[in-house]
Amino acid sequence: MIRTRGLTKRYGRIAAVSDLDLDVVEGDIYGFLGPNGSGKTTTVRMLLGLVLATSGSAEVLGQPMPKAASQVLPQVGSMIEGPAAYPQLSGRANLKLFDAMTPGSGLRGRKQRVGGALECVGLAGVDSRPVRAYSLGMRQRLGLANALLRSPRLLVLDEPTNGLDPQGIHDIRDLLLELNRAGTTIFVSSHLLVEIEQMCTRVGVINHGRLVLQEQLNSLRGPTGQVRVRTPDVALVLESYAAHGAEVDARSPHELLIPSTDPAGLNAELVRAGIRVEELALERPSLEQIVLAATSAGSDDHSGISFDESDHQAVGHSETLEVGR
Amino acid sequence: MIRVELIKLLRSRRTWTTIALIDALPILVAVLLAITNLGPRPGTGPAFLSAVLTDGKLYPLAALGIVLPLFLPIAVSITAGEAIAGEAQQGTLRYVLVRPVGRLRLLVAKLVSVMTFVVLAILVVAVTAYFLGIVLLGDQDLTTGATSVSGTSLTTQELAIRTALALGYAMLCMLGVAAIALFFSTVADSPLGAALATMAILIASTLLLTLDAAEALRPFLPTRYWLAFVDLFRDPILWREVVRGVLLQAAYVVVFFGAAWANFATKDVKD
Repeated sequence: MIRTRGLTKRYGRIAAVSDLDLDVVEGDIYGFLGPNGSGKTTTVRMLLGLVLATSGSAEVLGQPMPKAASQVLPQVGSMIEGPAAYPQLSGRANLKLFDAMTPGSGLRGRKQRVGGALECVGLAGVDSRPVRAYSLGMRQRLGLANALLRSPRLLVLDEPTNGLDPQGIHDIRDLLLELNRAGTTIFVSSHLLVEIEQMCTRVGVINHGRLVLQEQLNSLRGPTGQVRVRTPDVALVLESYAAHGAEVDARSPHELLIPSTDPAGLNAELVRAGIRVEELALERPSLEQIVLAATSAGSDDHSGISFDESDHQAVGHSETLEVGR
Repeated sequence: MIRVELIKLLRSRRTWTTIALIDALPILVAVLLAITNLGPRPGTGPAFLSAVLTDGKLYPLAALGIVLPLFLPIAVSITAGEAIAGEAQQGTLRYVLVRPVGRLRLLVAKLVSVMTFVVLAILVVAVTAYFLGIVLLGDQDLTTGATSVSGTSLTTQELAIRTALALGYAMLCMLGVAAIALFFSTVADSPLGAALATMAILIASTLLLTLDAAEALRPFLPTRYWLAFVDLFRDPILWREVVRGVLLQAAYVVVFFGAAWANFATKDVKD
């Protein structure tokens, strides 16, 4: 659905995106991750023909962009760096205008398309207030409705849950999963790892304009070969398993990491040895660990910090902003 | 896309407020003239203003002479300056372009929309002025026909045709302004910047016109032939300046619209 080869964008001497090889397959929910300023938005804009690449090529829906924009873009819904609308018009009037701009879109069915898109994002009961008076959360929903207007085959979403409260985030995630089940490929860029972790099937990580990782989320999060055991009898376990490489988790004195690929067998062994087991599970790396490892390798240290900062900001947003319904 | 732009233009309260404001000055002038009966002496003040006290049907032209040098160009600079820069600042430009709306198509639609605004503004001014002229000002020559600037008389039909030509000429002059502002709108980051740049060009042009040292530049200054529509009311019509004005404005439209397209077609939309 999306395929870039050597995609590069330079602003003067600064390379915003270098040599990017993205592959998004039909049916994916592709999470495009990266710290703020890493080139996510520039990449999204190049895919949509808003920014022209310095070199390299991009294909969307199998056709070259921006050359085939007039055939490709009507089948793509997008939200780029936050929603935007004509502030003096109502949400409904805005969608009608945007629908009318789409080439080949007639008056016939416009009302249903607009109504359907508003319903999808939970704005069906929206009144005739101008968008100027909308809360950030409502604007975000309206932006998403705008992206869904033409029942796109591909959704390109930049930070789609920005400014939403927890309920709103949940609603949007459910909506995206439902759309994906119905066959829509989704490319979502975000710096919120949790959001991506709960939704995506594949991730690409960009740092300083370069793609540092692109993989199925399942295989990334494959077992590490260790089993995490929580027990009050830490000393007993160490006695018999230290030789196997068992160690106490640095973060929690009641948890141990024991090398093993067979948690059930390990559990039976422990119980036979008279060790009380409170919890036991295969250890998997979190997406955060994976991404931090990928972005800190071979780069200076501020990438990790900027992730933390942006996460904090996002949390602050959703706590302080009310979402109107 | 043209239809969408027209809907946006006609639905906007600002469009009508601006037109009302433009229209207010000729209304005020008409009322003052009617009350005081003190016109400027012939040959001074805005064109036709001395004649309207005897013949109110000339007032649409006087009104045009009042709004054309300043009011209308300012309104056009602001409206056209907003065309691209305003959408960019608002964030809607990227959503318009990914619909997708072709960039050339968007520029054409914007120019058509600005021109619609100009036509509306000029027609509103002309129609109000016509009624004001008939009701408030002189109606001396209703039967024998109006008087031309040269002193001979014109039939009502001749007057109507020449008035229509003059209105069309004024619209073309404003199209030149619109093209300049549209170009700046593709360059500037803010709509205000685009409008100010356009006004700076018009003010510079007006200043240079008064400067003898700039004589060589005169035929190319955008405001040089704006008031040449007065010549349409001489007997016989003095075409020379009007024709030059038409050609000059056409050149400005081609050059600046071309520049706007050249700049916008490959511009990175980052707003």
